[in-house]
Amino acid sequence: MTLQPHLIKRLWLTIKAPLDGPLMLFLGLIFALSLVVLYSANNQGLDKIDNKLIYTLLSLTIMWLLARSRPQSIMNFAPPIYGIGVVLLLAVHFKGVTVNGSTRWLELGITRIQPSEIMKIALPMMLAWFFQKYELSMRWWHYLVAAVMIAIPCALVLKQPDLGTTMLIAASGFFVLFFVGLPWKVILGGMVAAGACMPVVWNMLHDYQRRRVMTMIDPMEDPLGAGYHIIQSMIAIGSGGPWGKGWLNGTQTHLDYIPERTTDFIFAVYSEEFGLVGNIILVFLYTLVLSRAMLITAGAQTLYGRAMAGAITLSFFVYAFVNMGMVAGILPVVGVPLPFVSYGGTATVTLFVGMGMLMSIGNARR
Amino acid sequence: MRPTRFKNPQAEDGQFQLRLIVAYCFMLLMFGILIARFVWLQVYQYEHFSTLAQNNRISLLPILPNRGLIMDRNGVILAQNYSAYTLELVPSKMPDMNATIAELAKLVNITPRDEKLFKKLLGESKDFESIPLKVKLSEEEAARVAANAWRYPGVEVKARLFRDYPYKELTSHVLGYIGRINQKDQERLDDEDKSTNYKGSNYIGKTGLEAVYEDDLHGQVGFEEVETDSGGRAIRSLRRTPPVNGNNLKLALDIRLQEVADKLFGNRRGALVAIDPTTGGVLAFLSKPGFDPNLFIDGIDSQSWAALNSDWQKPMINRALRGTYPPGSTFKPFMSMAALETHSIGMHDVRPAPAFFTLPGSSHQFRDSNKNGNGSANLAKAIQVSSDTFFYKLAWDMGIDKIAPTVGQFGLGRPTGIDLDGEASGVLPTKEWKAKRFARYKEEYRRWYPADVVSIGIGQGFNSYTPLQMANAVAILANEGVAYKPHLVQEVVEAKSGKSRLVEAKPDRTLPFKQENFAYVKTAMQSVMKPGGTAWRLGIGLPYTMAGKTGTAQVVAIKQGAKYNASALAEQYRDHSWFVAFAPVDKPRIAVAVIVENAGFGAAAAAPIARGLFDYYMTGKVPSSISGDMKTMPMDTADDAAATSD
Repeated sequence: MTLQPHLIKRLWLTIKAPLDGPLMLFLGLIFALSLVVLYSANNQGLDKIDNKLIYTLLSLTIMWLLARSRPQSIMNFAPPIYGIGVVLLLAVHFKGVTVNGSTRWLELGITRIQPSEIMKIALPMMLAWFFQKYELSMRWWHYLVAAVMIAIPCALVLKQPDLGTTMLIAASGFFVLFFVGLPWKVILGGMVAAGACMPVVWNMLHDYQRRRVMTMIDPMEDPLGAGYHIIQSMIAIGSGGPWGKGWLNGTQTHLDYIPERTTDFIFAVYSEEFGLVGNIILVFLYTLVLSRAMLITAGAQTLYGRAMAGAITLSFFVYAFVNMGMVAGILPVVGVPLPFVSYGGTATVTLFVGMGMLMSIGNARR
Repeated sequence: MRPTRFKNPQAEDGQFQLRLIVAYCFMLLMFGILIARFVWLQVYQYEHFSTLAQNNRISLLPILPNRGLIMDRNGVILAQNYSAYTLELVPSKMPDMNATIAELAKLVNITPRDEKLFKKLLGESKDFESIPLKVKLSEEEAARVAANAWRYPGVEVKARLFRDYPYKELTSHVLGYIGRINQKDQERLDDEDKSTNYKGSNYIGKTGLEAVYEDDLHGQVGFEEVETDSGGRAIRSLRRTPPVNGNNLKLALDIRLQEVADKLFGNRRGALVAIDPTTGGVLAFLSKPGFDPNLFIDGIDSQSWAALNSDWQKPMINRALRGTYPPGSTFKPFMSMAALETHSIGMHDVRPAPAFFTLPGSSHQFRDSNKNGNGSANLAKAIQVSSDTFFYKLAWDMGIDKIAPTVGQFGLGRPTGIDLDGEASGVLPTKEWKAKRFARYKEEYRRWYPADVVSIGIGQGFNSYTPLQMANAVAILANEGVAYKPHLVQEVVEAKSGKSRLVEAKPDRTLPFKQENFAYVKTAMQSVMKPGGTAWRLGIGLPYTMAGKTGTAQVVAIKQGAKYNASALAEQYRDHSWFVAFAPVDKPRIAVAVIVENAGFGAAAAAPIARGLFDYYMTGKVPSSISGDMKTMPMDTADDAAATSD
């Protein structure tokens, strides 16, 4: 049987139908950029690019499936997914795999999973579901229940210990509260209280976490240790200059000065080779993605849709900002990937799942 | 499910739109800050950073701190550092390693041992690391290699600090040793987030105090920021952060006392621990035989390792810390404390001390050390003559539930918490212990039989303790219940400021026992050294007061009715000789436990060692017997010899 042109066309239309055109375009551009950087960061090896294409294809499929589902159907999965996520986090606590002193993974025979990643999506889903359900009978104490829902996974992830992910999960939960209408005085009061709590939190931190914060303030404090990454990545960015050293010409990168240069620190590679111009282009692309996501959020019809779309959008922003801020030395080093650019499977899947849900919410208004 | 409508669509929508706008502005603001940062880094700081990145690459060279010294209580150095030249190779820079080594062999004497060790390290290291081929070059050798080094890429002569233990065997079981950082050490350092401080370090404490006090001894690595040209050569130093040398350790140990103890031991196997009861400081800590820790510093070669491992005398085993032995009759003073404290016997109660003890309804005879028995005795006399039958009966009357909790207060049967790793806990038998120990056996093995307690009463049977525990227990007894945690390190002295930190200056705990009971048992132990006591000959001519207790720990059980005959037994089956003592009796300054393996009666081998040690400690006089023949030491055969007969 030969494929008829009109069959191909029909197939294409079926695939394309649920996808958001502008979002796909912006993501595609970022993705193309990421392949270019990865090729350079990986010393012109194609192995990681192959892998990246494979899991991107997988992620796209999941995104497509989500995009063509109705938000309400997805929403109904919130409690079970949240429940499973909590159970898996508990399992990590008791039976997890420990690497470098942190217990974050579950061994599943064929592969290892990091349940805290699931929570990045499961928690906002759960909260959005919860507020949708009690929308007409909202009382102040519903916020307390929500706070508990946020606290449970946060406490478990903090225990691993994984401060960075804890903050991302907590943030995703907060964004839902923000969009369902948590009063401004509570938000501002919370900020003041958080500021007041800083000394207490500081005392609860692990030594290495404190050192990271101190290192951010003065990387030269520990130039051979925790400060080393930051100093080297700042040199990479700074020496990139306005126009960059050019593709494949990053000396810092290719002389092995950049740690984890295909994952969390990939931005240093990009910035060294493409300079300020490249950075502005990338930030602009992210802004386009965020603007489109904001538009979808603004058009959402249900409380669930608004809260979920808003949380996905803001979380996406936080990833991009925290990663670039960390590599540029204005935020402490926490393990956050650069969205759609960093090499790494789980984070990419999570991001595409978010995009899929966003598109599903976007489709629902039509 | 239908999408839910809003209660007040207009107000809610307004509220929501406002929040969206706030969030959007916030994101734009944050991205703006980020762009500002990029502009600062890439435009304003561009020259600075591109200088760093392109023209001159900045290297950070670690500067190693000197490892802290270890000295005894009088400041005698027990572990020190010295500088020497090493010939090192960087494999990744060498075109043909074997050819280079062959060439180098013409310049310096490279032994097969050197080469073997090099191959071993090569397997454990990364290619670009510098690996020593020959350590401790002579000045002449160093000069010869340095003059020719240009011909061989990847060959370097480096000055390095080495560790040296001048007292070798004498301190091996106390100090332990350092060795090259291996894969496992590196992983641990990574886990503990300490690997930064070990940049450039080659050595780490592996055992003994070197390992326990690693964090103090190692110090803080310093670094020098240097500008290097494209060839990687340093041009000038930009900034230097000096290293902080490791802290020095000042031990409670007196190395001369340790040496006296060692000499008194001669070539015999065993252990000795002497403790200052008023501080818990360990004055002497000997495990015989020892080994030369210097062998381990650069990695031990397989031949020496095999020799140490296959030695039947097991020199690598720390007998003082890890050897557990039945305490024999040295257990009796603690039994006596238990008896008095539980009111199982009065101080003046006189009881029979016959030649045999027989359990009700049994024909098994537990014999006394004195084959005619001792007639009758009070508790003090029973300690003095070491009457077994007296204590068999006493133990039988008391039962294990009265003995174990009291004796346990002296720290017997659990680690003392000394500042060394790997301490054995020994066994203070209880019903629960037996049930657990034989859990996998039949019920009849697990069950506690009343008769089990009989041999425990004279320090045989299930109980077994380390020499360290015994010394600690004696120190607590001597100090009338005020207990300190035994510790080798007395002070940690900061190398730079000279400020020192005292270790364990406060008592650990105080035993809730009556002072008169302590006084009673101490007096009884003093009478052991007097005419009529089992160690009376060792008490002759004492210029100070001394209290002690002999003991003989049996290695193999003697069949009912058979006679123990040392000369008929292979050496390793002969009894161990024990002695515990303290002096002076009123205000004890030293408490000791000595065990000499397979040496027979307590008074014969172990007690003379303690006497010689005390003579030196109390009067400063080195016993004349040390330089002479050990056989001339006073001997006593009237000891609690037949304690071996149960």
